[in-house]
Amino acid sequence: MTPQSTFMITATIGHDRLDELRTLLATMNSAPGFANPRNTLIPYWQFNNLHVARFTILQANTNEDIRSHGVPPEIWRPALCFIGDIDGDPETFLAEMVIRAEPGLRRIFSFCEGFDPGTDLLEWLVRHSHRPDANYVNWRGRTVQQIREESVLSQVLASEIRSLLAANGNHPNARQLWHRLQQFMQEEVAAGRSSLTAPAPTPIMWRIRDLLHLVLIPLAALCLAPLIVLALPFYLRRLRQLELSDPENALRADPAHLQALSAQEDIDVTNQFNVFGQIKPGRLRLFTIRLGLLLLDYVARHIYTRGYLTRIQTIHFARWVLIDNNRRVFFASNYDGSAGSYMDDFINKVAWGLNLVFSNGVGYPRTHWLLKAGARNEMKYKHTLRRNQLPSESWYKAYPDLTAIDLARNSRIRQLLERDNPSDQELQEWLSLL
Amino acid sequence: MVKPVMNAQTSHPDIDMDDVQGLVRFGHGHLSESAFLLLAIRDPGAAREWLAQTPVTSARSQSRLPELAVQVAFTASGLGALGVAQSTLMAFSEAFTTGMSGDENLSRRLGDTGSNHPRHWRWGGAAANTPHVLLMIYTLPGKLGDYLQQMLASNFAAAFEVQHTLHATSPGPEEPFGFVDGISQPMIDWKQSMRNDPRARDHYNNLLAPGEVLLGYPNEYGLYTDRPLLHPSEAPGSQLLPTAIDQPLQKDLGRNGSYVVLRQLLQDVPAFWRFIDEQSGSDAGRRDQLAAAMVGRRRDGTPLATLATRPIAGLQADNVFNFDDDPRGRQCPLGAHIRRANPRTGDFPPGVNSAVKRLLRTVGFDRENAAEDLIAASRFHRILRRGRAFGSRLTPEQALSKPPLQEAQEERGLYFVCLGANIARQFEFVQNAWIVNAKFAGLPTESDPLLGNREPLASGAATNCFSQPRAGEPAHCVHDLPQFVTVCGGAYFFMPGLRALTFILQQK
Repeated sequence: MTPQSTFMITATIGHDRLDELRTLLATMNSAPGFANPRNTLIPYWQFNNLHVARFTILQANTNEDIRSHGVPPEIWRPALCFIGDIDGDPETFLAEMVIRAEPGLRRIFSFCEGFDPGTDLLEWLVRHSHRPDANYVNWRGRTVQQIREESVLSQVLASEIRSLLAANGNHPNARQLWHRLQQFMQEEVAAGRSSLTAPAPTPIMWRIRDLLHLVLIPLAALCLAPLIVLALPFYLRRLRQLELSDPENALRADPAHLQALSAQEDIDVTNQFNVFGQIKPGRLRLFTIRLGLLLLDYVARHIYTRGYLTRIQTIHFARWVLIDNNRRVFFASNYDGSAGSYMDDFINKVAWGLNLVFSNGVGYPRTHWLLKAGARNEMKYKHTLRRNQLPSESWYKAYPDLTAIDLARNSRIRQLLERDNPSDQELQEWLSLL
Repeated sequence: MVKPVMNAQTSHPDIDMDDVQGLVRFGHGHLSESAFLLLAIRDPGAAREWLAQTPVTSARSQSRLPELAVQVAFTASGLGALGVAQSTLMAFSEAFTTGMSGDENLSRRLGDTGSNHPRHWRWGGAAANTPHVLLMIYTLPGKLGDYLQQMLASNFAAAFEVQHTLHATSPGPEEPFGFVDGISQPMIDWKQSMRNDPRARDHYNNLLAPGEVLLGYPNEYGLYTDRPLLHPSEAPGSQLLPTAIDQPLQKDLGRNGSYVVLRQLLQDVPAFWRFIDEQSGSDAGRRDQLAAAMVGRRRDGTPLATLATRPIAGLQADNVFNFDDDPRGRQCPLGAHIRRANPRTGDFPPGVNSAVKRLLRTVGFDRENAAEDLIAASRFHRILRRGRAFGSRLTPEQALSKPPLQEAQEERGLYFVCLGANIARQFEFVQNAWIVNAKFAGLPTESDPLLGNREPLASGAATNCFSQPRAGEPAHCVHDLPQFVTVCGGAYFFMPGLRALTFILQQK
């Protein structure tokens, strides 16, 4: 199994260079904010290990909101952010990217401070990298190559089975069909028309680190348990005080801002989403969001690795990153369907999960005991989210027209095709998937 | 000041039916003649005067059925033309002030692309041909002509220019494709008796909080939808408005009002039945079967889903069903029109029966119903339909007659009308996430068999197919569906409460 990982490069944009940079990044697109894989800056089409990537300009549009807490806002200068989700480790990927896209990357990052023609590109990229505080991958181990191969497989099988059924007056039974199609695929693969690459071995170091992560975090929690029990009443009391007094955002998003977001939505069946907001002042809120993200990262890494994050089955990749000395949080995701249905899905299915993390952000609708209310306050939540949302300059996805559900279905089709001796029930399921 | 009357059981204020326009509560079915007039305001003064003297029908039950019903609604530009302040207008929902056309991004989401694009619309597609006022007139049979004549003879012509008169046909049981329609509507919980506890909503029921249709009342979240609230000292004349229930110091311009979505849909009835006929080899039985699969009901309205054995609140007779027993769409295809338009799912489809199960479902560990969970909580996306058909009636048999009948060429279709308190979460959501969405409920790639615009996805994947899942075999797919329905006009309106109407007509 090839584990997935992420990269994120951020750098402050030079004074007065923002508009020029926007213009340059827009040349990558075939539709608003939607990258052409064959753009002249980053040849996305050449990468067979890059799932999604985006260039986003992190701007603190809601910087003044923190004044509602009686705190003057910190200065934030617009920064360019380049993120992606990949197969394998980021070091190798960045090196590959430098080989394939050095001129384009140099042109783009020349708009950032501290980058000049003499800069060692790879070293600079590594130095400007951020690790996520929490990261979610829809299906651990499913590579871009696998996704593409399985997509072809399911199409080929679906059309082959229909011609088989149309040709045969007497219907072959499920097992006969399965055998016939297995044979057919072997011929396709042998003839080089399709490929079904076997998974690569799991890197041993990754496996060890993963196991340590799995064990050490609960162990640490266990060691701290007496302390936690003692501190809990004080924590809850203070939290409740804050919940009752923290100001809520009462503003709607500016129509022009909504238009800018809307212009790049629903071009593909999947959309990209950015939120960039400030964390409420005070140590308790920072502590809460860090703890929430630690928990989220843990469960995303060890539990939700097979197509769903609690009840949500439509996210391909998501990450949460604390930046600017933990004063701000950046959330980036790739989800299926329109923004409206994404927001409604979250409100109706996982308001508690949103609340746990985002209620520590400035302006968030009031929660009750951290998990309740909050996002269930539908309109306030939507206004706040939209106000803190950012468009992307250019977003790329390696498998257009395919949703996370499509990917899971295609994998299941392959899995059952490759099974040694499927049960009758599995055969029935397999046929109904085609 | 009008004090809200508190309902003893729930402490919700009773709904003042005298202040609600009749269409919210009644379809005016017995008033079989109707016309929807799309008006541009010529002279705001004359328009105010004319509207002020027009008796707008309220939702109060009368001992005798009325012989006439008149309803009035305005677009955002119409409210502006009547002098409603810009700041007040901006407090209406974003969807309403933006409108149905003029935003490419919204058009893309609603499937208004290709031949559905607003640039082709007869009305509402551009600012210049978007009406200010929607006047809906319902009369007894044979009386509409007289009424219109009488109306136009007054000072009407000085006030308005009639952009379009949409004449509806008398409402029969069937919509133009020949299917019994209008069977299913959400039942408004006027008494507000439902508990506002999400745990009571795991299973689907057909009751709907009044705040989902009327502004100014708690919606399905138990909250108040955004609408313009005015401070009496800052907005002269606003004293006559109802008080905002949630903010007693403010006057509520939205209360007892509703948004109205109107879309003119052309239905190509001959093309529909010819296509079905070809696909079924002109076999009448198979033809009916395929047509029923696409709709989700037989022509007589019988649902393909089996009736539920237990009662479902708010549903009666042949309409007591949901799709809980048919998660894979083998009785009623997942992509069937009625299943897309209202998937009839509760908050935890198909429902949870214990606290443990609820917890497991919440954190995603119980995967048994994962596929159904993709489309959950239908209650937040309900619409109240008040549409009427237009054009001459053509039965399927007539549509298939050879040589084609002369009247087959005539235009026919639906003036789709729906009411709601949140256009974005209701009409736009249903249209985008359920009707147009090629990936609805995890389907590979197909849009609504009746309404789909057949435009391919961004990278060329075709959406013009329709699949009927089968147990133990690949889904039966019908390919190359032509476009049967074309949008040729549309706009969003606000249908104010009657006191709000008076207030609007006092603006200068």
